[in-house]
Amino acid sequence: MRSVDPGKSFISWRDAARRMLADHVPPEEILWEAERGLFPAVVTNGTPPEKLKVPAAFVDLAQNVSCHNDPSRWALLYQILWRIVRNGEKHLVSIASDPDVSQALLFARAVRKEIHKMHAFVRFRLIDADETGRERYAAWFEPDHHVIEAGAPFFKKRFSNMDWSIFSPKSCAHWDGEHLTFTPGIPHDPTKSHDELEAAWRTYYRSIFNPARLKVKMMKQEMPVRYWKNLPEADLIHELISGSNNRVAGMLAEEPRPVKPRPKNAYLDKLRALSAEEAD
Amino acid sequence: MELQSKLAILADAAKYDASCASSGAVKVNSLDGKGVGSTGGMGICHSYAPDGRCISLLKVLLTNLCIYDCHYCINRRSSNVRRAAFTAEEVVKLTLDFYKRNYIEGLFLSSGIIRNADHTMEMVIDVARTLREAYDFRGYIHLKTIPEASPGLIEIAARYADRISINLELPTQKSLDVLAPEKSIVRTRHAMGRIRNRLDEAHDRRKNGDKKLRHATGQSTQVIVGADESTDADFLARSDDLYGNFKLRRVYYSAFSPIPEPSSILPVKPPPLVREHRLYQADWLMRFYGFKTSEILTPETPNLDLELDPKLAWALRNRQDFPVDVQTASREALLRVPGLGGTSVQRILQIRRHTRIRQADLLRLRISLAKIQPFLKTADHNPSAYLLDSDRLRARFLPKPKQLELFAK
Repeated sequence: MRSVDPGKSFISWRDAARRMLADHVPPEEILWEAERGLFPAVVTNGTPPEKLKVPAAFVDLAQNVSCHNDPSRWALLYQILWRIVRNGEKHLVSIASDPDVSQALLFARAVRKEIHKMHAFVRFRLIDADETGRERYAAWFEPDHHVIEAGAPFFKKRFSNMDWSIFSPKSCAHWDGEHLTFTPGIPHDPTKSHDELEAAWRTYYRSIFNPARLKVKMMKQEMPVRYWKNLPEADLIHELISGSNNRVAGMLAEEPRPVKPRPKNAYLDKLRALSAEEAD
Repeated sequence: MELQSKLAILADAAKYDASCASSGAVKVNSLDGKGVGSTGGMGICHSYAPDGRCISLLKVLLTNLCIYDCHYCINRRSSNVRRAAFTAEEVVKLTLDFYKRNYIEGLFLSSGIIRNADHTMEMVIDVARTLREAYDFRGYIHLKTIPEASPGLIEIAARYADRISINLELPTQKSLDVLAPEKSIVRTRHAMGRIRNRLDEAHDRRKNGDKKLRHATGQSTQVIVGADESTDADFLARSDDLYGNFKLRRVYYSAFSPIPEPSSILPVKPPPLVREHRLYQADWLMRFYGFKTSEILTPETPNLDLELDPKLAWALRNRQDFPVDVQTASREALLRVPGLGGTSVQRILQIRRHTRIRQADLLRLRISLAKIQPFLKTADHNPSAYLLDSDRLRARFLPKPKQLELFAK
């Protein structure tokens, strides 16, 4: 049994995996762990890593899986890699019902979803602007998986003309108009700033809600409660739900309004003439 | 009036429009521009309201003043609702401010009809033009248009908007005559035809690298369900017409909602929300699963089964077509199996080249065995003819009775 440090990214794991593969170390003899464990960690390698040919589908899958938070992901990836390269199971990745592959697909799906939710739920706050008017924004986001690196390029493309930082416990992303850089994660939101636009956003959220079609389960399914604490609109949810019954009862009890007479209006006359023609 | 009060009124006035999509736009970003914004790929839902609806766009009316008298609408001229009007600059600034905070994908702008169609349309276009030209905004813009607006204005709208829509609201002229006397299906269809021509032109121009109509990609519409006597067959026939003739991206079905200020012509009587859901499912079957309207609904049953989804209901009516063999059935046949979606079918087609598919494989593909077992034959499961022919098959799929709730209280 050997202990191998996968590092923190797909690239570092891939390099370690190549060495293990070159040495023909089977999956069951490797303990993928960051800290030195019971077994001596492998620091050097005898055999130079060979150029491996693996299907592009595996690389795509592995890049996503490596962002997952589950420590077992590295062993799972090596197991699949081993089966492809050493067992000759070239089509393995396309067999979605295989126990290893289906587990990897689950991990990858969770990661893709988390990236998507990052794109959706990051909320920037305006920090300040420089003398040229270029604005600086910051956001605090708490993802379950290591998605900051994978999710950040989206913001670079969308907000290339403002400076921004996304802080998170996993890692932090920064854009200054030229370079996208990453720094280690931090435990707490470093910006204590408040953005006045949040009041308008909350007004909008309150007004766009239709109390006559309450579907709380659906909302929670798409916007899981774990994200709520960083969404400026989310603390309105409770009052909107609890007030909805009364609002609907109020509407249903309203006296129907009579039809007001058609105003004198040349345009309405024209529409009426057009409709009469169409009816003929 | 203060901006926040206007926002409250004009967002409330827009909330009955179900359209929320921000997908299907051409890929653009702000890397080589002066402003903000990107589109392309799938849409993003930035929040969800407790009504389960996604919040993707700043959806507002420019004004809720309106000379029309559509009786399902809170903004009709006979309503006593509070009125407000944004200036173009106010909407532009709100859109940019919300966008830069990553609250939204862009703007959905509609308006009550003021003065006449062209005047209203020009005001709406002015907002979009300012966003695109003065601020180089590259996010998503959806503009509501008016059938009677002049063709030249539709062309200008197509220059700025990713999506253009006209709400049909009701599927037949008979219903419109009663509930929306200013609206006409003939004029709406003509306008949809003109929009389609503009969108086709935009498509061709993009292929030649011409940027004049670079955003315009699609049109959609909305119909209100449960405000009139129209059957589901009426709705689906109309959708068939719109998808086929005008290449609409989406038809939105919006269950008629109770509103403050109800009309005496259309007293409030909300339909079950599940009817709207079933129409979306049927619409999906038509667009992506190769079903014909005539297969989903028959002359004897012009309304969808509220208790069962339309694919399952079809399968129960067509038991002779089942079971289907997972190992050998065609893609089309698999897509018709209740419980199998597009992704599952795709995976099954790949897997079966390498392996004999068993029940455990389906489980690992996260397919619900309970739903699929009566219809799908696997290497280790042959649905018994008894079960398939049994009337109890329908009972098996009916929702559980809700009586327990009585005791829970």
